[in-house]
Amino acid sequence: MKVAIIKYNAGNVRSVLYALERLGVEAVLTDDFETIQKADKVIFPGQGEASSAMKYLKQRNLDQLIKDLKQPFFGVCLGQQLLCEHTEENDTECLGIFPIKVKKFPAFEKVPHVGWNSLENMDSPLFKGLDEEPYTYYVHSYYAELSPYTIATTHYMHDFTALIHKENFYAIQAHPEKSGKVGETILKNFLAL
Amino acid sequence: MLTKRIIPCLDIKEGRTVKGVNFVELKDAGDPVELAKIYSEEGADELVFLDITATVDKRKTLVELVEKVAKAINIPFTVGGGVSTVEDVKVLLGAGADKISINSAAVKNPGIIDEMAAEFGSQCIIVAIDTKNMDGIDFVHTHGGRKPTILKTQSWAQEVSDRGAGEILLTSMDHDGTKNGFANEITSELSSMLPIPIIASGGAGKMIHFWDTFTAGKADAALAASIFHFKEIGIPELKEYLDGRGVSVRRTL
Repeated sequence: MKVAIIKYNAGNVRSVLYALERLGVEAVLTDDFETIQKADKVIFPGQGEASSAMKYLKQRNLDQLIKDLKQPFFGVCLGQQLLCEHTEENDTECLGIFPIKVKKFPAFEKVPHVGWNSLENMDSPLFKGLDEEPYTYYVHSYYAELSPYTIATTHYMHDFTALIHKENFYAIQAHPEKSGKVGETILKNFLAL
Repeated sequence: MLTKRIIPCLDIKEGRTVKGVNFVELKDAGDPVELAKIYSEEGADELVFLDITATVDKRKTLVELVEKVAKAINIPFTVGGGVSTVEDVKVLLGAGADKISINSAAVKNPGIIDEMAAEFGSQCIIVAIDTKNMDGIDFVHTHGGRKPTILKTQSWAQEVSDRGAGEILLTSMDHDGTKNGFANEITSELSSMLPIPIIASGGAGKMIHFWDTFTAGKADAALAASIFHFKEIGIPELKEYLDGRGVSVRRTL
């Protein structure tokens, strides 16, 4: 199986590579069009700021490439937010694969939302083998609103979208590469799609 | 529901763990990677590696260690000790650290917090504050708590938060090593005052101390070293204890 991790100007992409290595899966970190197009699975990780990430993707036409992909695709953290339509982070138009708006958490409680929080309302093959309300690790200030594409929610101040799915596109707000056995199970289930 | 975090801290010198570590499972008691793996399997929520190596050339050993840890464990980890420049942060994050912590360097040059937060994002910049109460007033100390400063802890904490720190690691020098419990008063004061998470450190001796710091101390996370290294408290039993007393924690076993 060929797994491509999209390389761009977002931090922490190597953690995903290491997580796959621990699962015995060799992946390549690449921005080469052909390698990405021919991969069996594509992972779109990221941590950082949305507008500079979108600018980088557009400059290299990676935005159009991502939209046209047909194989199972997994956005992680900022990767999930960028698959949505728009984010409040520097008022940025995103890829628009999901007609969902990304908003900033209100300052009622501490922001960013940091730590281990539980997944609820889980409905997807990605969660095969997991117990109810498993914990995943979060670090984020922006969240995707609830939508018909939401396949799991998490509660922080209010419910928000933990994972989404539409056709070949899946995405997660938490960091599966840093979420212990639960994260490994989600990654394994994605690779088995 | 967001859970309270339990964070073991490993002191590192020249790539090896220091302070006695009493783990029968360990083939090599000085190997931080092996210890990190055990903690993550036992349910630690994060790990902190504090490098106490003095010389610059030995820092290479630390970077190699960070890379090994990043490959081996599946939970987040922070690296601190001697971090003073944007370049230091770049190297450590590049090697696979999730967060870095700065202490004395921030006191010396507060603007470095803004620079680091702008470059890498607040989420990976922890400012460690060593505090000591002197005649009823809390003062920031540097150099492992040995050097007093004229900064009041509350105003320094506010400043680092305003400058873009993502979390504060608060160590009470009055409590560190006493095993009589965390400094809940100042921890609670900072936690209520600031919009960022506070990690309580220094003084853990019994399980009830963790309960105290998560309730009275309003801490978001609690850090300890020797009680975990010497197996005085196991992480699974600590989490069971907290869970049974209404503190939300991530149970893994």
